Formats: sequence, structure tokens, C-alpha cells
Amino acid sequence: MIINHPLLGPRDASEFTYLGDASLIDRPDGMAENAADAFYDYAYLRDNPAGEHRELWYHEAGDRSWLVVTRNTLTHEISKVELARDVARARGRTK
Amino acid sequence: MTQVNRLTGGQIDRNSTLNFYFDGRSYTAHPGDTLASALLANNVRLIGRSFKYHRPRGLLTAGSEEPNGMVELRAGARKEPNTRATTIEMFDGLIANAQNRWPSLRFDALAVNDMFSNFLSAGFYYKTFMWPAAFWEKLYEPIIRRAAGLGSLSMQADPDEYDKGFRHCDLLIIGAGPAGLMAALTAGRAGADVILADEDFTLGGRLNSETFSVGDHSAPDWAAQAVAELSAMPNVRLMPRTTVIGAFDHGIYGAVERTGDHLPSLPTGKPRQILWRIYSQKALLCAGATERPIAFENNDRPGIMTASALRTYVNRFAVTASPRVAIFTNNDDGHRTASDLHAKGVKIAAVVDVREDAPLSYDYEVLKGAQVVNTKGRLGLSFVEVALPDGSTRTLDCGALGVSGGWNANVHLTCHQRGRPVWNEALAAFVPGENLPVGMSVAGSANGVMSTHGALRSGAEAAAAVLDLTTLPDLPEAEDAPIALKPFWYVQGCKRAWVDQQNDVTVKDVKLSYQEGFRSVEHLKRYTTLGMATDQGKTSNITGLAIMAEVAGKSIPETGTTIFRPPYTPVPIGAFAGRMTGKEFHPTRLTPSHHWAKERGAVFVEAGNWLRAQWFPLPGETHWRESVDREVRQTRASVGVCDCTTLGKIDVQGTDAAAFLNRVYANGFAKLAVGKTRYGLMLREDGMVMDDGTAARLAEDHFVVTTTTANAVSVYRHMEFVRQCLFPDMDVQLISTTDGWAQYAVAGPNSRKLLQKIVDPEFDISNEAFPFMACGKITVCGGLRARLFRISFSGELAFEIAVPSRYGDALMRRLMIEGKEFDVTPYGTEALSVMRIEKGHPVGNELNGTTTALNLGLGKMVSKKKDSIGSVLCERKALIAHDVLKLVGLKPVNPEEKITAGGHLMNTDGPVDSAHDQGYVTSAAYSPNLNSNIGLGLLKRGDARMGEKMRLVSPLTALTVEVEIVSAHFIDPEGERLRA
Amino acid sequence: MHDLVAITALGGAAPRVDTVGPVTFTEVPDVALTSVAARLGQEAKAREALANVIGAPAPDIQRIAGGEKTAFWSGPDQWMVEAPYNGHHDLADQVKAAVGNTASVTEQTDAWVRFDLRGDGIPSVLELLSQLDLRCLSSGTAARCSIHHVGCYLLCRDANHYSIYGPRSSAGSLHHAVLTSMRSVY
Repeated sequence: MIINHPLLGPRDASEFTYLGDASLIDRPDGMAENAADAFYDYAYLRDNPAGEHRELWYHEAGDRSWLVVTRNTLTHEISKVELARDVARARGRTK
Repeated sequence: MTQVNRLTGGQIDRNSTLNFYFDGRSYTAHPGDTLASALLANNVRLIGRSFKYHRPRGLLTAGSEEPNGMVELRAGARKEPNTRATTIEMFDGLIANAQNRWPSLRFDALAVNDMFSNFLSAGFYYKTFMWPAAFWEKLYEPIIRRAAGLGSLSMQADPDEYDKGFRHCDLLIIGAGPAGLMAALTAGRAGADVILADEDFTLGGRLNSETFSVGDHSAPDWAAQAVAELSAMPNVRLMPRTTVIGAFDHGIYGAVERTGDHLPSLPTGKPRQILWRIYSQKALLCAGATERPIAFENNDRPGIMTASALRTYVNRFAVTASPRVAIFTNNDDGHRTASDLHAKGVKIAAVVDVREDAPLSYDYEVLKGAQVVNTKGRLGLSFVEVALPDGSTRTLDCGALGVSGGWNANVHLTCHQRGRPVWNEALAAFVPGENLPVGMSVAGSANGVMSTHGALRSGAEAAAAVLDLTTLPDLPEAEDAPIALKPFWYVQGCKRAWVDQQNDVTVKDVKLSYQEGFRSVEHLKRYTTLGMATDQGKTSNITGLAIMAEVAGKSIPETGTTIFRPPYTPVPIGAFAGRMTGKEFHPTRLTPSHHWAKERGAVFVEAGNWLRAQWFPLPGETHWRESVDREVRQTRASVGVCDCTTLGKIDVQGTDAAAFLNRVYANGFAKLAVGKTRYGLMLREDGMVMDDGTAARLAEDHFVVTTTTANAVSVYRHMEFVRQCLFPDMDVQLISTTDGWAQYAVAGPNSRKLLQKIVDPEFDISNEAFPFMACGKITVCGGLRARLFRISFSGELAFEIAVPSRYGDALMRRLMIEGKEFDVTPYGTEALSVMRIEKGHPVGNELNGTTTALNLGLGKMVSKKKDSIGSVLCERKALIAHDVLKLVGLKPVNPEEKITAGGHLMNTDGPVDSAHDQGYVTSAAYSPNLNSNIGLGLLKRGDARMGEKMRLVSPLTALTVEVEIVSAHFIDPEGERLRA
Repeated sequence: MHDLVAITALGGAAPRVDTVGPVTFTEVPDVALTSVAARLGQEAKAREALANVIGAPAPDIQRIAGGEKTAFWSGPDQWMVEAPYNGHHDLADQVKAAVGNTASVTEQTDAWVRFDLRGDGIPSVLELLSQLDLRCLSSGTAARCSIHHVGCYLLCRDANHYSIYGPRSSAGSLHHAVLTSMRSVY
């Protein structure tokens, strides 16, 4: 596969390390009241879609950017690649 | 016997004669020959014995689709079984041997299998060897393996070398026949970056096998001119002898270039083959078409070939399979073969055409509406029997029979991304469907355009379409005959008519399989093994499908299609391995003291990619324990030095560096003072321990973090995840410095005294000025920048000192010289491990991905006052239950008895089974300080069971050892030595 | 002056030089290296400071820029600065003094081994080693890549001069891989 890195252009997927569902960005607040339940969902419950999937890839043999790659799990078509840092900020993550 | 079947003309170099050996006999050939053409030139038709029935077999084709003509090529360790004679480029001294025959090719004992063919039909193995199951491995399989099969392996390591490579292009053209060449000319002239790959050693595809003209030239000359023009273009790379084996995601293609297979021997350092990964913006498949045979009684005799193969041998290689040839066809192309052979002086016995309206010839007899119903000849064809439309039969005397059942488009690569070909009625063949791999288009006969002019036009148009060109180049005049074919797959009423010659599958087998209920084509394949040999059924799949369709009373497209998988043709395992073999299997990392350690005679151990000194034997030491025990004793008695550069080092900087580490580590880091180091425990989000290490605060906004050797990469990755994905607005920057610093542990009561000899005097490292867990930047040996950490893994007074790696070798030598007065010893990973077990420090054995901080006795380190990775889920009920495993020390009641890591702990009474399991041993060593074997283990409620006796068992090795549960801290439990 | 003697990454007293066909492959120990990573919110200032260090605008994505001190892009708002080792053994301190609190600076000198390839036809060697699209690696560009599973920086200084930076501990494996490819091609 080829991942079109937002900064570096097309790069072979073998340069990247796969982590999983991009929902891992949405880490709950560990000090919140319902933290135990929220973390259970966060750590263990994942969708397994046959189709578009947003997932985290790390450009380990590259510029060390974490990316959010939107990939069709049936066709491997990659429709969108974003810097995970931008996605995280857009989803309200800060410090 | 010298090339009795050689004709005039052809693309061979008669000025040079090559010698080769087949099955022990010597023959001659010319450059430009394949092994197949050379064998035919020398009138060798019998090449091997068949897979199951050991029937005599010869060549069926002239190309890579060959199912039959397989040999063992070369000798010794280079012997390569199942190599297609049709693709072996001749070289001087070539050695090949026939396969699957014993004692000889002409007399094969197992040919008796052929007599029992009624028993060996489809599904024979499944039906016969069902039970008893125990007989499978010991009895049935060895017998079957000996009887069936093809070539044999050399059983030696492959001495050749292989490379891997990577190429990028705008347009990859697969196949250099008329379509491919015309596409390459179109794209090349337009300036596109083109790769043109073809499996043959001469580019041109079928053009090299034909006599008609293209433009003002003969077909081969036009091809040669096109190749010459392309060679001169800097933007076109020609890759002959290169098979594109697979189409992968996003325009990536695999290709094997045979750079050395045509050479008598490889020059030193040169690869035999290169496995290329080709990244293409667009790809154009011009893989051509394959002529398919017709099945009839005894259609597998040596001398029976596809008609187009006969034509190739005659036109390109100037060789006829026999002076007297018959043709069996259902289409006009068979007649072209007859006419070409006739023109070269080959006697045509007759053309047998199933069509009532077959065209006639002035030059030879055409039997219209006739069929070949049987053949005769002991080890090769002598006669064919023809049934004429009036019901009479006629016998034709011929040494070769060319069979033409029409042409199948080579759609293989279009299927590699699950594309399904579609049926084309006019061609009676599958052509590529719509679901092609991304970026691929198809041209020429691979796309069902079967005439030469059509192929040229289609290649030019496809290239123009891909590159958005508005004008096409001028196309040369060429043959443009329409398809004239009557679908005809097999002759009715035959008993033994072969469909798949490589796997010995007959028409009857296909029908039987259907009758027995295998209605899906995929089931048919697996039950009969049709198409599952090394040729992947290139000449048989469609015929098999057609027979099945007929039995089922359905059309072929209704019956189904089979799709093809990579590789297109077989690839040696060596090509997939490339250079990554033996000790180059993975990169090797050397520590800064490696060269010194090697001089000292150290024994090395692989730790991940690292090579680390395991121990340093002294003269007279004969057992590793002697060396390790000495290193431990000397270190604890005085001072030892160990290279610990392999620990991961990550530089963490930024105004939020401390806040960041507070998130990453379970224990607190916000309040760590500058100049201090702290042990850090890192959890996974699920609450299990991920890694441990230390973090030294060199400045308010600057930490140096260490990781375990094994987790250096994954911890760095994790920290980047936390930084970029979880806390993107933290001001923190990370970079690895693992390789930058040579870091040595200097441990033992005299470690300070030794260091004081090399640390520059302006730096006070006394206990008062530089206490336990201190860190700082210093200089050594008169001004070299260095870092000093007062941390201890051994439990002794200890330091870790780091200097730029280029000085690591010199520093180690200096420490040994300056340490002489203290009887300094270097120690390796083994002594390191003994001392950490004595001290009860958990490492990877204990941090095994299933343990929590609580399990390891580090539960109190997990801060409840902050939100850190893993701090929530490590509190799950089951993880904090009263009987969870706890880290304990283990001592055998008899100190001589060994503790075995991996052994399980059981109560002294009661059953030994998993239901009564109390825990397990994680680490074991002999402690020369305690004069006893010792171990660490994880035991249910372990912290409350000190002094308890238990059984350490390993039922697998019948081991039972009585052990006592003790504190994991065997040495200096109060930590007084550390602080001395 | 301290009295410790350095060895090269390959373990020699002098740098290793190999010539195969038109390509010369040299170990280059005489180089100091440091990383510069802009602090959050200080990116513009860090670029400016870096520009002062190298005497040229801070290089953009995958570019190399500078004079005696050069910098190449290594990641978002991150660069590597290289300079001759002689006179710059404390390069990190020098750069830190110049960039102040606009960037984090980390010594990288001995974290890497540098090999240089000089001569004609270097891409033919590199295409057996790296999956980068070498057509895009024109003069003045630098890219991270993996060579036989060793993470490297590949710099094209000009058509006949490339540099490879690889982890110092893997110098031997990296050297073997490149030399093997040179012998394979030439």
C-alpha cells in the first residue's frame, strides 16, 4: 500500500507502523467520575467496519508523524490522510 | 546426432556452438536457443515422467505456460527442480536432468501406476487413505510422496545471491509484444517515464514467432527496431528477462529479473535474480494470450504440442519437432501454423479441423469436420487416428501434432486484486473485467484484441489514454485477421484425455468430480487438483471449466471462473529473501565497547539486534559459570564495568517536559529536582506495565529518559503517540540519543574511587556532593564532555557514565587501566542478570505484558493524584483482588538444586494441575554470593507467604524441586550499599 | 584537552574508503550533528534563529540549506544541523546559544554514522537499497528512508554526491548493505 503523507507525499506503507482505530485519540479524563467505565470503552470497544475506517499510522521510518488514515478495509482505498496532531486538536485535545 | 531437426533461418547465432547435457548425454545448441528448442533440435521429445501416472511427457508449449517440460537445472547446490525447459536460456555447459523417473527416463518403474489409473482418479487420496488416521504420517504420506511429485531439492543451501530493488515510473508496461512495444513507443516519445518489462530474453513477444510483416519489415525486425528506438530513450527503461509476478495495492507491482540465470556462472558479488518492487502511477498489461489445447484420447504423448508452439520453434528457433507434422484445430490460426511449417519445408501430414467449413490449402490436405480420436507411439508420437465426418477413421503418420483450441487472454494480473474476468463469446475466452487493479489498463491480446494490427493500435491507444495524449503515432500495416473459431474443448467418448498435464487431471476426473457433488469451480480445483500445479493451469483451467459447464448443462460464465493469484510464474524463495540471509537477516547493532570486548575474548549474545558481551572468560576458565561467578564476586567485592549503551535513551525537552512525563509515567515527575534521577514506571492504558527506566532531570526543561533495551523503539513510538495524539498542545520535543552516548555502569564499593581517577577534579562526586540518584554534566580525562548518573541496577554503590560514542572504546580501555589497582572486572549480561536477580529488580521476564505494578510489588508507585496512562484501568477489580500474583524470591531447600524459569509453583500437598497452580518462576540464576541457586517468581498472595515451602514443578520435564518463598531482595534489602 | 582517542563508527582509527566501479563510498567521521526542534508557538522565531546559524533560510520540507553549517529538514518544525567536527565538537552548545528558548537542541553527533557516495551512477546503487522515489530526490533534498531495515537519512547534495546518515551502532550492517549493492551493480 501507499500512504500519501500530508507533508512528504506518497510513501510505502512499510515505512509506517499501524496502531489501530483513530478513536484512540479520544482518551477519556482519568480523573472524571465515570473514568472506569469510560476507559473500559476506550481501551476495549472498537468498531470493525467493512468499509471506511479511520486509523492511526505512525511514520516510524520517516518523519515520526502520527497520521490519521481513512482507509476502506474492503478495497484498501485511502481517501484521506491527516496529521494526527491536527485531528487531535480539532477534536478538542490540548494539554 | 547433431541437431537433426534444425531448419534454416530463425533468431539463433549459428556462428557459435554451445554444448549442453540432458539426462547425462551431451548435445549441441546455439545462442538464442532455449533448452526446449535445443532438445527438439536434437530430436529429444521425451523430457520427463508425469506427476501421478509416470507417463512419458514432452513439451507442450514454447513459453512460461509450460506444464510438462520441466527439468532439474544445474547440479549440486545450484540444482533447481521443476524448471521449465521452455524458459531456460541456453548457455555453454548447461546441465539438466529429467525428473520423476526411476531408474531411467526411458524405462520408469512407477509407470505401472498408469495401469492402475482407474484407482488413481479424482479424489483417490481422499477416498483411499481416510483411516486409520495414524497411518497418514507414517505410511501413506511417505509412499505417496515417493510415487508422486516432480523434481527433487538439492537439500543444500542456495549458494547464489539475490537482490531486492525498488523502481518508480509513470507507466509500467507489462509485456513487450506488439501491444507493449507500441505502447512504449507512444509513451516514450511523449516523454513519459516508462518501464517496459518482459519475461523473455528477446523483446517482441509473438512478433518473434511470426513470418508476416509489420510495416516494411518482418515482424521480428520491426520488434528489433522498436527496441532499438526505445533503448535510446533516456526516459524508458527496458527490463528483459523480467517477469511481473503480481499486482499489489496502489500501483505496486512485483517483478523478478533473472540477471544471472542465462550465465554459465555468476561473477562474484552479482545477483542471480533481483526482486523488484515497481511503483507505477499507471500500468498497462500487455501480457498477450496463451493458446489452449484440445483434450482427446492419449493427447499427452511427447510430440503433441500447441500449434503456436510448433510455429514458434520453427520460425524463431529454426527447429521442427519432427520432419512430419499434423495439425488439429478448431480455428484459422491452426492453419497459419500449417502454412508456416510448410514454408519451412516441414511435411504437413494433414490439418484436422473440427469445422465443416474449414478453409482449404493448395499445399497440404485439410480434413474438414474431422477430429483426432487417438494417438500411438511408445515414448513419443508415431501416429494419430482421425475420425472423419463420414464415420470412417484414418491414421496419419507423424512425429508431432500441433493442437489449437483457440487463445486465452492472459488476464492473470487483472485478477490479483480480486478482479473477475468476463466471458467473451466471439473468442470463447475470458477477457479482463471492469474491476481492475487501481491504475491498470489492458491492451492487445490480453484484452482480447487478437490480431497484430489490433494489438499495435490497442497498445498505442491505451498508452495515449493513460497519458492524456490527443494524437496517436502512425501505426504500421500489419496482419488484421478476424477471429474464426468454433468452440471445441474435448473429443467425446475418450477414456483418457488430459486437461491438466502437470497434475495428471483428465476429462473423466473433471466429470467424476462434478458427479460426486463438487459443483463450485473452486471445489473442482481442490478435489481434482486441476490448475493447482506450478503452472497454475495456464493451459488447462478454461478447458476444465468448459467441461464442467457442459456436464452441468450451463454456459461457461454461469458455471464460474477461476481467478489467479500471484506469482504469475514460480519464484525462488531466495529472491524473496534477497540479501537478508544468514547473519544479514537483520541489522546488527554493536556497542561502543564491542571491538575492545572482542579483543578481550568476550562471548557475545544477541539481544534484539544488539550484540552484547555475555561474559568475559579469563584464561583457565572452562565453564561459563566460572566466568560469571567471578565477575559477580569481583563487582560486589570491588568494582565492575558493564556496557549498558543498549538501553534506550530519549531526550525530552520543552516547557511541558515534566508535565508530559507525569502523564507517561505512573509515578510523579513534576517535583523531581534538577540534578536528580528518578525510577519511572510506564503503564499501558490497560493497566499492565509497559516498561521501566529512569528519567534524569538535567534542566528545568530537559530530561533524559532511559528505556529497557527491548522496548526502546516501542516506548519512543508510544511517547510520540502521547505527545501528538493525546496532548498536542504540550510544549515537548522528543528525540532518541541511544546511539549517541557510550554509557557504562561502574558498580561496586570501589566504583567511586575508580571514577574519581578519570572525572576531572573540578567535579565533586563524593557521597555528599553527588548522592544516590544524582545526575549531572561533567568532563572526564581532561575535558571530554560526559554525563554521570548515580543509579544502580546491581544493588551496589554504582554510577552510569556516558561519553560521546566515538570515545566509548577509549573510555573502556582507560577504566580498565585505572581500575587495575582495584582489581576491576568487565562484566557481561549474564553477571548483570545474576546481580539484578539477587537484588530483585524486575526486567522483561517479569514485565511480560501480563503484570501490573501491584504484581511486581510496585503498586504504591502508581500515583492516585494525577491522570497518567494506565492509572485508571490498573485499578480494575480483578487486578487488585486479594489473591493476585506478587513478586517473590525463591530458594531451593537444597541449594544445589536448580530453579527453572517457566516452572510452576504448587502447594506441597495436593494435585499438580492447572486448577491448583499458585504461580510461576520468571527468572533463575546461581548466586555466588549466597552460594545457592535462586529465582524470582510470581505467586498468588506471594507477599504474605514468606517462609512457606512449595513445590516447583515442570510436568513436561518431570521436575519437582522443593523451594522456600523468600523476599525478592536477596542482597542488601535496606539499600545501604546503594547509598554508601 | 582530553587524552582519549576516538574511533570511527566502523571501529577504525581512520575512515574506511571503498571504490567500486565509478562510485566511491567513504565513512565520514569529521562531522558534528545536532537536532533543532522548535518549541510550541515559537516556530517562526526558531526558523529565524536557525537561519542565522546556517546563514540561509531554514530549509523547507525535505530540503537542505546552509553553508559551513548546513541544516536539513527531519520532521515538522525539526531540523538536523551539521558542521565540520573540528571546531564544532560542541555544536549543540553553539546552536543552543544561538536559538535560545525558541527551540530544543539535542546533540546528535555520535548518534549517527555518515557515509558519502561520490561518483556517477549512484542512483543505480541506491535503487537496490531504498524504496524512495529517487526521481524526487534531487540536488538539495533529504529524506528519511529505511535501508535493509536500518532507518537512515538520505541526502542528495548534488547528482554525484549523496550522504547517508544511519544509526552509529548499525554502521557495520549499513556499510555492508551499501557495499554489497555497489558490487552488485558495478
